[in-house]
Amino acid sequence: MASIKIINDKCVGCHLCIGACPFGAMEMSDGRKAVILDNCTLCGICVPACKFEAIDFQKEEVSNAVDITLYEGVWVFAEQKHSEPESIVYELLGVGRTLADDRKTSLTAVLMGSNLDDACKQLIARGADKVLLVEDESLAQYNDESYSDIFTQLIQDNKPEIILMGATTYGRSLAPRIASRINTGLTADCTKLEIDTEDGKLLQTRPAFGGNLMATIICPNHRPQMATVRHKVMKELEPDESRTGEIIRPDVNIPKNLKIKVTEVVSTICEMVPLAEADIIVSGGRGMGDPKNLTLINELAEVLGGAVGASRATVDAGWIEYSHQVGQTGQTVGPQVYFACGISGAIQHLAGMSSSDTIIAINKNPDAPIFNVATFGIVGDVMEVLPLLIKEFKKSL
Amino acid sequence: MNVIVCVKQVPGTNEVKMNKETNTIIREGVEAIINPFDTYAVEEGVRIKEKTNGKATVISMGIPSVVELLKETIAVGVDEAVLLSDRAFAGADSLATSYALSMGIKHIGKYDLIICGKQAMDGDTAQVGPGLAEKLGIPHTTYVRKIEEIRDGYIRCQRMTEDGYEVIEMPLPAVITVVKEINEPRLPSLKGMMKSKRAIIKVLTTDDIGADKSFCGLKGSPTQVVKTFVPVHDIESEMIEGTPEEQASNLAKKLLSMQFAISTEEES
Repeated sequence: MASIKIINDKCVGCHLCIGACPFGAMEMSDGRKAVILDNCTLCGICVPACKFEAIDFQKEEVSNAVDITLYEGVWVFAEQKHSEPESIVYELLGVGRTLADDRKTSLTAVLMGSNLDDACKQLIARGADKVLLVEDESLAQYNDESYSDIFTQLIQDNKPEIILMGATTYGRSLAPRIASRINTGLTADCTKLEIDTEDGKLLQTRPAFGGNLMATIICPNHRPQMATVRHKVMKELEPDESRTGEIIRPDVNIPKNLKIKVTEVVSTICEMVPLAEADIIVSGGRGMGDPKNLTLINELAEVLGGAVGASRATVDAGWIEYSHQVGQTGQTVGPQVYFACGISGAIQHLAGMSSSDTIIAINKNPDAPIFNVATFGIVGDVMEVLPLLIKEFKKSL
Repeated sequence: MNVIVCVKQVPGTNEVKMNKETNTIIREGVEAIINPFDTYAVEEGVRIKEKTNGKATVISMGIPSVVELLKETIAVGVDEAVLLSDRAFAGADSLATSYALSMGIKHIGKYDLIICGKQAMDGDTAQVGPGLAEKLGIPHTTYVRKIEEIRDGYIRCQRMTEDGYEVIEMPLPAVITVVKEINEPRLPSLKGMMKSKRAIIKVLTTDDIGADKSFCGLKGSPTQVVKTFVPVHDIESEMIEGTPEEQASNLAKKLLSMQFAISTEEES
């Protein structure tokens, strides 16, 4: 078993390791020596932080490793709805293209569903070298069971080195199911992906602790290296209709008599844009004062062609549905413009929207934490400023 | 009906503060709590147990002190709580956690439904529920916002999606992960609190549950953290002053000049 211990003779009680530990698992003893607590996760981050080589870390070789040289190629899960690829797929192809070029290998889109001729063309125009196409009526609607079965067969037959999926409802369900079946590593919600120039491994960076800390994660001894990727962080390529690619229809067993049945699909959001995909989001918080004042939020969103967001406080108070909630317990968004109206900016809310390109905060309280992340701030009464703002935009648009 | 609920201890995130000078997380005064999402899972488990005259069991993996948190679940109606605790579990990623929980659940024995919270507040991965279902070889669905019907060998529930929901039917046993929309967790009753004080939480090691150590903890984890750093937000804030009219018109001008996707064409 891996072990970690403090070499007391070398420890000078400098506290450096305590600051380095992301898990709060280091402490100073009365004798001014570092002590490792029970909640140590053996991540080893403290080892290089110690300037006195006072931490002895014996890492054991990870078990059940595979021969990683057998795996090649970058894959993207081309999630589709109504036979059209979701917008996140183009973002995955954008970053996948760079990764494939860096690894001097090909980029493959894995597409399942029915009536997918157009989708194949679009995937190739957006950067895919190949499309692995599995067409069947039964695959038109996403199903965890059939999709994971088929995807696993494709992995076993083709041995890709890297697989990317969108951090969508389906992607976050399918990816861990597959990773668990084939016993490989999976990193959730990556915001940066790059190839280590030295050893060719995939460096996967993701936020932890509500965005307060970024962690870079590798999967050194298992393949494929799997990652889900957040919306709106990777850049999609401009479509190039002149690109050519290969469409492959692999020989797979399409499972019948599924245990899991999707019997109804209901769309409840009548807005133009789903939150996660919106370029502009207008969010309201408790500072709106009354649920009926949220009509101003709706109105501004409508004028700008954006989506409506909400703080946790308004959702908990029953002013608006949970599906609109932005933040740690709601959705993570990264639009071009984010309006925070009457939102004070609790850390949990910031975790869900601080990666937005431009943030506009309107709040009565000049000390509200939302102003710390705002590109433009207005100290004032939202009920007064919003109608004027709507009028201004209506004039110009 | 036997329901097993998986819970995780997380730091109470309200208190997570960064020390800007040393780029580290200030841990002082951070209390440990049950992952908030898991409290909805516990409540749903207790409701099903009450409706079907069954049993609700909670399972967790963590350090020995998690026992105290598990007692809180007894206070809200859980019958029994089990903690997997062993140095061999330390450093587990979501795959090794899925494996350990699956072995713990097999050790507990008969179950109809396993409920997990949507994701944990500290890691946010949402991977353990589906990973666990796979290790147990049973179906799963995620983001459940309502159980429409549950009876012997059958569940029908609503899964939240980006633009609405879908209705999923599965045979039991199965795993579901739940969102907070599903219920409103109850407060502990006086009777429950008394019961939780007397409760004895079973603590099990890798050997107790017959887990293969090579699939546990750091050793059984394909992923490794190689670096952590504090993200830099270089934000130049600009406060827009003036009367409300001036503020609104200045802000509109600034935004329009930045040429975002704000365009009349998009609306048509």
